[in-house]
Amino acid sequence: MANQPSIHAGVRALARLKKRRRSEAIFRAFGIAAIVFAMCALAWLLGSIIGTGYKAFYQHSLTLEVELTESILAPNGSRDPDTLRRANYRRIMQEAMFTRFPDIEGLSSADQRAAKRQNFDIMSTSGGPNYIRQMVFKDPAMVGQTITVRIPTSDIVDQYLKGNLNVDVPEVQRKISDRQIAWVKTLRQSGEIKAGFNKRLLFSTDSRDPELAGIASSFVGSLMTMFVTFLLAFPVGVGAAIWLDEFAPKNKAVDFIEININNLAAVPSIVFGLLGLAVLLNWAGMPRSAPIVGGIVLALRTFPTIIIATRSALRAVPPSIRDGALSVGASHVQAVFHHKLPMAAPGILTGSIIGMAQALGETAPLLMIGMVAFLTEIPSSLTEPATALPVQIYLWSDSAEQAWSERTSAAIIILLMVLVTMNGIAIWLRSRLEKRW
Amino acid sequence: MKHSLMIALLSSTVMLTACGGDKPAETRAETSAVKATAPSEQTEIRIVGSSTVYPFSTKVAQEYKNKTGQNVVVESTGSGGGHKLFCDGNDMSTPDITNSSRRQKSSELKKCKANGVGGVVEVKIGYDGIVIANSRSTEAMPLTLKQIYMAFAKDVPVSDTDCTMQANPYTLWSDIDPTMPKTKIEAFGPPPTSGTRDAFVEVAMEGGAKQVACLAEMKNSDGKMFKNIAHTLREDGYWIDSGENDNAIVQTLVNTPTAIGIFGYSFLDQNGDKIRGAFVDGAEPTFENIASGAYPISRSLFFYIKKSHVAQKSVIKDFALEFTDEGTWGPGGYLEEIGLVPLPDAQRVKYRAAVENMTPYSQ
Repeated sequence: MANQPSIHAGVRALARLKKRRRSEAIFRAFGIAAIVFAMCALAWLLGSIIGTGYKAFYQHSLTLEVELTESILAPNGSRDPDTLRRANYRRIMQEAMFTRFPDIEGLSSADQRAAKRQNFDIMSTSGGPNYIRQMVFKDPAMVGQTITVRIPTSDIVDQYLKGNLNVDVPEVQRKISDRQIAWVKTLRQSGEIKAGFNKRLLFSTDSRDPELAGIASSFVGSLMTMFVTFLLAFPVGVGAAIWLDEFAPKNKAVDFIEININNLAAVPSIVFGLLGLAVLLNWAGMPRSAPIVGGIVLALRTFPTIIIATRSALRAVPPSIRDGALSVGASHVQAVFHHKLPMAAPGILTGSIIGMAQALGETAPLLMIGMVAFLTEIPSSLTEPATALPVQIYLWSDSAEQAWSERTSAAIIILLMVLVTMNGIAIWLRSRLEKRW
Repeated sequence: MKHSLMIALLSSTVMLTACGGDKPAETRAETSAVKATAPSEQTEIRIVGSSTVYPFSTKVAQEYKNKTGQNVVVESTGSGGGHKLFCDGNDMSTPDITNSSRRQKSSELKKCKANGVGGVVEVKIGYDGIVIANSRSTEAMPLTLKQIYMAFAKDVPVSDTDCTMQANPYTLWSDIDPTMPKTKIEAFGPPPTSGTRDAFVEVAMEGGAKQVACLAEMKNSDGKMFKNIAHTLREDGYWIDSGENDNAIVQTLVNTPTAIGIFGYSFLDQNGDKIRGAFVDGAEPTFENIASGAYPISRSLFFYIKKSHVAQKSVIKDFALEFTDEGTWGPGGYLEEIGLVPLPDAQRVKYRAAVENMTPYSQ
């Protein structure tokens, strides 16, 4: 008692105390700094993606009067669908633009040709003619009429109007000429070129032309793949976890299986792609690029995540629950399925949803089984060629046109929103169902 | 309330489990059915191969789909991967067409024959230049192939006549040639897996090495050694592998004005307001110079058709005809608009005839 002050209140004791407090303060400061750093990195990432991506959600389009000249579309007077489909719609649109800007007539002939091409280039040179083609194909009676249509402008004009092009360099070095700028300004002032919500981004298939490209086919492909993944990985994963945790005998063989499930979770995902290629495509002869194959491969990838999550959720249920059930005469299966599993459900669902979210972001295994592809149609069954959203992002990011950069970011925003929604559901389920002891 | 929700959830889980039981079996049966009737069922045209040809192939696929309603699937697997899949067999589940940013190797053609592929039609579609570019905010940098070799080889000869090799000592461009700027040598280029990198090494680096007198001699006496010297890029941080994403390289160049970047011509074409291509051996990377061959770093692009598939899927030939239409691949065609350098007239006539008659090629 007498020497207590010398331990806790002496000069050395005070120095020790100071040192301890300082190290605690340093640790806390590091903790805060780490969080601040992580938040800044996240904010910077989101900021840069949203900052470029939001522009892809609106797009400029052009209102134009188009004469569906019979002599160009159906010179022999027939309305045969094949003739109508292969007719020269570029010519129709070139003429329509020329009619809008008749001043080109006054230029010298060499200059006139260049001017006509630049004039046509204001609209989407693939989308404009095709819009008319699909209209005429559907209703051949339209040939000979004059109609007013709204078609997207070319990606270059769109980028110019969004202020993404550097126009301070000499004319030859940029994709938009002085003449085109003058025309675009005229059309903008008269309201013929207007900005509007970019529906194509959400509802169109992929396209080689940025102004026409959309995520619909890859989104549907991702949904189908995830559907197969869920149907396979969830029941099998949860079942395996229950068996391992509750019913498996404790012996070397089961230990070996457990170790390998943990190892499986650490295998790089491309390996699952190689497995899919060797077993599902080459040996089982399943179709290439099909969502069913993608789903199976990603199910293998998700499977260990679900097992691990389920087992930890099952272990978190107090043993008294099961013991109580057994003591009143429930069978082992009843004790697990009636009492233990419902209590572990929030943890299982959270783990599964996070596993699914991981699978949704995978590209590497899909490369091996042919899902890194360009499609001209939205897949309608599990065996038809499909692609996935992250693959779409990868392919867009590697394209030359400047307009792709904002579309890539927009596709990332959409993918992130899906992931946030999935995680949100996981959190909601947990808070809704969680039991506290 | 909580309890009933839990029960609902659990029962839905059980239901899903039950579904999970039969659904895959069902789809599996469907799959094998599709497989059994594959030749008549699989109607889409399947294309694989080079990521360099991918943008052109997809453009044609899109136009063809618009014109005919025919579904086309184009995969980007790389040239080597494409040939491997293409030559894997002759049944209808293998690809109909493969794209390539180089000529098919004789070993690949042999493999095709060994696996029963009956006749391969070769179509050269045009040229792609490989551009060495820097930011518009700095001076243009004219280069020679020899300077490119000196700047980026791992080992360089001590002098033009003495082929004792030394680790590349150059850190500034002015070290190589006093007339060049006093800036750090720094290049962002494609990684070893890229076809652009292969072509850069084969054409630019090897071409530069040949301009060194003693290395030119070595090429004749010890070709293997020469190749090794010419093809190995330096790894001391002056050449930086930048991944497959050429857009990222363009962005880096804008932010680092003294650096140069190496990528395909279409990226220069689309980003001419931000970057400029260096003159190589006095030629500017322009459409005309690449087409005429005056610009030294270029390569030919190809696609290959499996002739035996055409009998069962005539749309393959129709697609190839669309690809080789003057409005597609000719001067002023829609592929030129997105950066393909067209073939000279005589060659277009030759390959168009090969498509029309489905003439198999031999090496």
